[in-house]
Amino acid sequence: MRRALTTPAIAALAVLPLAACGGTGTQEEDSGGGNAGGEFPVTVTDARGELDIDERPERIVSLSPTLTETLFAVGAGDQVVAADEHSNYPEEAPDTDLSGFTPNVEAITEHDPDLVILGRDAQDSAGQLEDVNIPVFVAPAAETLDDAYDQVRTVGKATGHADKADTVASGMESDIDDTIAETTDAIGDTDLTYYHELDQEMYSVTSDTFIGQVYSEFGLDNVADAADDTAGGYPQLSAEYVVEQNPDLVFLGYSGEDAVSEVKQRPAFDTVTAVGNDDITQLDPDISSRWGPRVTELADSVSESVIAAADAEEE
Amino acid sequence: MRRPRLTWAWLAAGLAVLAAALVLGATAGAASITPADIGGELLSRVWPGMDSPLDERERAVLVQLRLPRVVLGAVVGGLLATAGASYQGVFRNPLADPYLLGAAGGAGLGATLVMVFGQSLDAAPQAAIPASAFVGALLGVAAAYALGTTAGGGSAALVLAGVAVSSFLSAAQTLVQQFRLDDLQRVYTWLLGGVGHGGWDEVRMIAPYAVVSVLLLLACGYLLDMLALGDEKAHSLGLNPAAVRMLVISAASLATAAAVAVSGLIGFVGIIVPHMVRRLVGTGHRLLLPMSLLVGAGFMVLVDIVARTALAPAELPLGVVTAFLGAPFFIVILRTTRHRGT
Repeated sequence: MRRALTTPAIAALAVLPLAACGGTGTQEEDSGGGNAGGEFPVTVTDARGELDIDERPERIVSLSPTLTETLFAVGAGDQVVAADEHSNYPEEAPDTDLSGFTPNVEAITEHDPDLVILGRDAQDSAGQLEDVNIPVFVAPAAETLDDAYDQVRTVGKATGHADKADTVASGMESDIDDTIAETTDAIGDTDLTYYHELDQEMYSVTSDTFIGQVYSEFGLDNVADAADDTAGGYPQLSAEYVVEQNPDLVFLGYSGEDAVSEVKQRPAFDTVTAVGNDDITQLDPDISSRWGPRVTELADSVSESVIAAADAEEE
Repeated sequence: MRRPRLTWAWLAAGLAVLAAALVLGATAGAASITPADIGGELLSRVWPGMDSPLDERERAVLVQLRLPRVVLGAVVGGLLATAGASYQGVFRNPLADPYLLGAAGGAGLGATLVMVFGQSLDAAPQAAIPASAFVGALLGVAAAYALGTTAGGGSAALVLAGVAVSSFLSAAQTLVQQFRLDDLQRVYTWLLGGVGHGGWDEVRMIAPYAVVSVLLLLACGYLLDMLALGDEKAHSLGLNPAAVRMLVISAASLATAAAVAVSGLIGFVGIIVPHMVRRLVGTGHRLLLPMSLLVGAGFMVLVDIVARTALAPAELPLGVVTAFLGAPFFIVILRTTRHRGT
């Protein structure tokens, strides 16, 4: 178990220069065990540097909902013995009451894992796990779509499913490229602006975040970008600024039955184009906050909203 | 005790400061509405036939967002400063603040409960947060007061009870947060305080409590002056110190609860402002309380201008700004109290 801490903080993911081979991206279950792309030992790059994995991991504990989705998508589902409390997808994910935010090392070791996958927030627990000789993969949060595709391939390589993972990643990429192309064809040359709201306190995202990047791909302008230098991509905006910017689209990244109607009822929001045209989209909070295989569904939702908003503009 | 003979002059000055702060508050913000635009808008309302320079959206920003924000800031600042001055009078301690007896802990727990469990019930309207914070603040103080009176009811007993209840409530709040760490951001934001998330609804919501509590406190000014002489002296003058304490604490807690309900936990205002005012007009509560009201209102409007323009178009939590101002202020107090014996 050697670890070379080359890049301490920012992960430069191992980019595999593989030609996109136009896979379908469907999530058929690979019944594990197959040795496609399963040569071990392998070296993968995680958020902390390089990680050597000597044998194919058979008892994976995933404490990142995004990575749980990815593991199942690349066919490593059978190797996952436990996932954190928020790993609610896919259906067969063995979610437990393990916390992904404040991992309990003892509770994790109960599952006798041979690989633990942590999100960046829980990185501090990695040392304790390694003290008890459990390999840890700290998953960096994707910042771009390319990061997301790469992470799928990395997870595949780490679990012995490199080929399947490559198919999935390429499929994601071509799906999203198609969605973007269809959308831009449909709406032509319009300048739509959007406001993405993370919670009722008007926290937003700039184009520097992963989801902001997804919106950018559709050629949308982000009203939050003026607050670029604050809060690391997640600024809290003034209500008066949002109203004045008058976004054509509003996306809500949180749950709640009345979320949309509450936004409509906010003071002065009745003058906002998106509210007048009913172009407020409530995204699935899980899909919009993860960068796993279901990012294609996020792209579909955004596409749908953009086309609807463009139609409303023309009327 | 200095008897200022310029009472009315001071009050007029306080009003002037508040008015200036309100005007400044109305003209500052993330949206680009200039003072000239606002002047034009006002003129167009009184001058038939003149067009306002503002379009419909800008008018909505000004009237539905910025003005209520300024008013709310003034109300919250006035309430906290008046409540702080009253608490300092009751406890005869210049560092007593409106949150001394558990109002903050109670409000924090109430608001957190709604934010954390309301969502899982899929019924957490924003309006439930101020209501639960308000009730929580009052319950927190009531618990501390009940605990303090069973231990004798003197101000020392009350302060200790307040410390105990506050610790317990904040522990309970932390425990609740542990259940739902994904809501941490929201809870945290609320705790840091702000007046930018409301509109006229929030102003209307707390107006009755604000009016009642402020009038009660202003009327208690001379009682606090007698209490300042010491419990025994006050007793010999025919005053019941425990009853006065209960009355003032109740009114000040109502004021604090109303402020917390719409603005979260904004610290230091209840200490900074009464101190500044005492330096100006002396320690007599009959003038100290109304002046704290006016200066606190103006002060909070100015602080909120900083909060919404420093990083515009992003917001800075109000509590952060007041804390930044509060820390150096305390140092100044510490350095000067020795000489003045406040």
